[in-house]
Amino acid sequence: MSTRLATGGRLLDRSRALEFTFNGKRLRGHPGDTLASALLANDQMLVGRSFKYHRPRGIVASGAEEPNALVGLGEGARFEPNQRATTTELFDGLTCTSQNHWPSLETDIGAVNTHLARFLPAGFYYKMFIHPRPFWKHVYEPFIRQSAGLGRATNPGDPDRYEHFHFFCDVAVIGGGVAGLQAALTAAEAGAKVLLMEQTAHWGGRAPVDGGDIDGQPVAGWIAATLAKLQDMPHVTLRLRCMGAGVYDHGYLLGYERVADHTPGTDAPRHRLWRIRAGQIITATGAIERPLSFAGNDIPGVMLASAVRDYAVDFGVSVGDRTVVVTNNDDAYRTAITLKKLGLEIPVILDARQSGGGALADEARSMGIRVENGKGIAKVKGGKRVTAVAICAQAGEGALLEEIKCDVVAMSGGWSPVVHLWSHCGGKLIWDEAHAHFRPDPANPPKGASGEGFVIPAGAANGADDLASVVADAHGAGQAAVKAMGHKPKGKAPEASTLPEAPMQPVWLMPQGAKTALRMKAWLDYQNDVKVSDVQLAAREGYESVEHAKRYTTLGMATDQGKLSNINGLAILSDALGQPIPQTGTTTFRPPYTPISLAAIAGGARGPVFQPVRKTPMHSWHEAHGADFEPVGQWRRPYCFARGEEGRHEAVAREIRQTRESVGLLDASTLGKIIVKGPDAGRFLDMLYTGMMSTLRPGKCRYGLMCNENGFLMDDGVVVRLDEETFLCHTTTGGAESVHGHMEDWLQCEWWDWKVYTANVTEQYAQIAVAGPNARKLLQKLSNDDLTADALPFMGWLEAGIAGIPARVHRISFTGELSFELAVPASRGRALWDALLEAGEEFGVMPYGTEAMHVMRAEKGFIMIGDETDGTVIPQDLGLNWAISKKKADYIGKRAQEREHMADPNRWKLVGLETLDGEVLPDGAYATAPGRNANGQRKTQGRVTSTYHSPTLGRGIAMGLVHRGPDRMGEVLDFPKLDGGIVKARIVDPVFYDKDGEKQNV
Amino acid sequence: MLILTCPCCGVTGEETEFHQGGEAHLKRFGPGSTDDDFHTYMFAKENPKGAHFERWRHNNGCGKWFIMARDTLTLEVYGTYPAQTHEPPKHIRDAITAKRPGWTWRAFA
Repeated sequence: MSTRLATGGRLLDRSRALEFTFNGKRLRGHPGDTLASALLANDQMLVGRSFKYHRPRGIVASGAEEPNALVGLGEGARFEPNQRATTTELFDGLTCTSQNHWPSLETDIGAVNTHLARFLPAGFYYKMFIHPRPFWKHVYEPFIRQSAGLGRATNPGDPDRYEHFHFFCDVAVIGGGVAGLQAALTAAEAGAKVLLMEQTAHWGGRAPVDGGDIDGQPVAGWIAATLAKLQDMPHVTLRLRCMGAGVYDHGYLLGYERVADHTPGTDAPRHRLWRIRAGQIITATGAIERPLSFAGNDIPGVMLASAVRDYAVDFGVSVGDRTVVVTNNDDAYRTAITLKKLGLEIPVILDARQSGGGALADEARSMGIRVENGKGIAKVKGGKRVTAVAICAQAGEGALLEEIKCDVVAMSGGWSPVVHLWSHCGGKLIWDEAHAHFRPDPANPPKGASGEGFVIPAGAANGADDLASVVADAHGAGQAAVKAMGHKPKGKAPEASTLPEAPMQPVWLMPQGAKTALRMKAWLDYQNDVKVSDVQLAAREGYESVEHAKRYTTLGMATDQGKLSNINGLAILSDALGQPIPQTGTTTFRPPYTPISLAAIAGGARGPVFQPVRKTPMHSWHEAHGADFEPVGQWRRPYCFARGEEGRHEAVAREIRQTRESVGLLDASTLGKIIVKGPDAGRFLDMLYTGMMSTLRPGKCRYGLMCNENGFLMDDGVVVRLDEETFLCHTTTGGAESVHGHMEDWLQCEWWDWKVYTANVTEQYAQIAVAGPNARKLLQKLSNDDLTADALPFMGWLEAGIAGIPARVHRISFTGELSFELAVPASRGRALWDALLEAGEEFGVMPYGTEAMHVMRAEKGFIMIGDETDGTVIPQDLGLNWAISKKKADYIGKRAQEREHMADPNRWKLVGLETLDGEVLPDGAYATAPGRNANGQRKTQGRVTSTYHSPTLGRGIAMGLVHRGPDRMGEVLDFPKLDGGIVKARIVDPVFYDKDGEKQNV
Repeated sequence: MLILTCPCCGVTGEETEFHQGGEAHLKRFGPGSTDDDFHTYMFAKENPKGAHFERWRHNNGCGKWFIMARDTLTLEVYGTYPAQTHEPPKHIRDAITAKRPGWTWRAFA
């Protein structure tokens, strides 16, 4: 039975009660409780089931390292799986549910797995589910997916607010325990700008529970006084509930502040992500107690000794009436002494050390507590709760000496410094033999831009093991930090004192000679069900690297990332391999320290501000007229303009018919427009495009292809020569910025002596394509300038007034129709659009969207970057040799295209594809070839790159890349469909409509 | 996330303000070059554990390309200098030598 004690609980406000529910049960706690302490106060030790065997799981720890007490928190849109009860502050109306069981927490069908444990060792999945091969996809994978995952995610949208906060300081201190407070004080008193963050809701860390004096006063008083000093300093920022999540390059630090998790429904953001640049980072992150590996150490009621003490002192909770303490160090005696003073029973302290403990052990004995040296636990008895322990000699194999009834086992295997944040950015560790733990190697800190270290560990996180050395070490860390930042260190470390402790002695397995039956019940990783025997099996099967053993056994791969299990696991692995622990090393510590919410990472970047949307001057007209938008780069372009009940398909067909038969308008403002100007502009564009641009005369336009240095086609567009020194390069909608960057790259880094200036003017102009047989008639209604074929021939341009607006009128065509592209200042775009619509009424003018544009260009066999190209296609593949100059000695990509495999006649080349029955080929379909490849798959000889229903021709048309395609006109290819059927298509010329270009050239 | 200083506009900013553009001080091989030379120019890039020369562009700032000498192991920045340079300036090379005596990088040392 766990229960609330009549008195005590230094963090509690007993004057108020809070109501909460667990699995629908109504329970009560107090302000100051964590969810875990409140559950224990209500005798709810069983809180979940383990991942693999569905074993009953109870609360083990009292902090961030908790592997078991994970609950689904909240309801509806605020539901969050896998929330640690030990770090969740209780609030009124909290609701939570346990995870990974069916039908209920108490009775779980999946628990049958625990009886199959013998057949489910490490690597079971890898060995079992590989044969027969086809079973993976249809039997094994669906089954495993069904049983995978602890909590269940929901996604109805997150109703809460999250934000980012940018912060700069000289010294950031992570951890608000005694070490963090002292380090912050030392740094602040020297004049440094300091940020101190603490992940829990309280300052002072463990020290008030453990006791001791600093500067002659009890530690709690010193904490209050130090905090008051820090709060008075304007250059110090203090934050509770703010975890140091990750340390990154050059002093970048992420803080994760849980602003309003404990006060839901208030106006505050729920989480705040601190994006910090710190000159120096002090990691005062403390230490985590280690479990001991004995049989049955996962039975609810077996807890860390420090956690049992925390629940009693901080929350006034007795975890049980009879607590057996088992330890390899002196610290756990504090738990026995604390409980005894509260009037609870300690039947025995089992000290695995033959020599026993020091002053604390003497104190325990003097209180009448039985202490057994050189003894350990052979086995814990019980199912959903501890009932007794079997005692044995630590040195033996587990022969039963005595059975002692109890309902709690408080275990301590020593303490591991929290080195995660030190390690995130490359800080190295050294093995400390005396304390049997890894601690930061002062010679190898993470290094910053100057090449000097920028992380300094302090206190228990640096391996300091008593209050006096913690305080002294933290003061030293503060001094080192301010010195590195150019301040003069001040002050001296305060004096602190605690009882001296006897050395700990590493115990990796209890008893040290435990046989298989015991090792199979000795848990390392509680959440993922990894036992001592699993790690030993991994070593036997050759997974000798700690990183391999981790992945083979899943040790440390659960949501707690092995905070409790890793050190014990790698000690077992080292033993199995017969090598010292430092030779085995650790797995990699990666941020974040504990899971942080995805919403905090997103911050304010969601909904309309996720990414800025670029809008053309005509955007609001489109919105008001049924535009069905699609994203193109950061732009939104109308796919089509549906009218009334019309579907997409009908709208596209209508827009095409109108354009082909009369006249249509396209908002082409999104096309990239780059000015290239200067005496060397022509020479530069000759290098940039495959064609010759320097010979283009002012007043003319030319289609150009742009390749990268590797020869592959990257962009295309029409180049306009504005005057002798000035060109306007049109790019694809998505390519403007990258093409501009490409130009600048070559100008700045290769031909930096050429006199050329570039400017991206994409958004300075609105552009409208007026296309269709009536295009000229429409424009002439709005203009007194001569727009006839003589004055403005195909591929020419001139300046004209259209509807009183000065416009650059280009005779270029992407539809194959008589077509004018009008460019006007962006501020006049909407006026021109309105004027064209009004004047065109007699021709039935209407806008067409991107899909109509795509279909019309495909009918004409025009390529589209991103459809016909994918970064592996050269212009020669697309039959575009006519756009490649033979006269030029060089252009970007030319050398690459001369390579043997680029000139190979066996390349897949562009052709038209005409289905025999008129249906539309599936997008991306492959043409099969006879035979099979090494993987047993059908061989292929081509693929579809663009495919549409052509309303003009009344059937499906497509383009594709086919092996030697242009040499195989008339051949019929098979294109399998996803449903198993086959579409037959004939290889034809890619130009389906108006092959001679008579329509555009009028 | 690195901190870089643009030698053109003098701004010191976060890595997100810049764009990395691969290895610096490449000699271009165009038409007429041998297959080997072209292949080496195009694909055979240095990948040192130590001092490295990279092209960066201040693309969310002044837009200029520059070169950064950086240590791939310690992330130390030895310095930045304009892209219009055929070889690393002496003070950069001296800074590298101070930390990594005997270093070489392609033809530089």
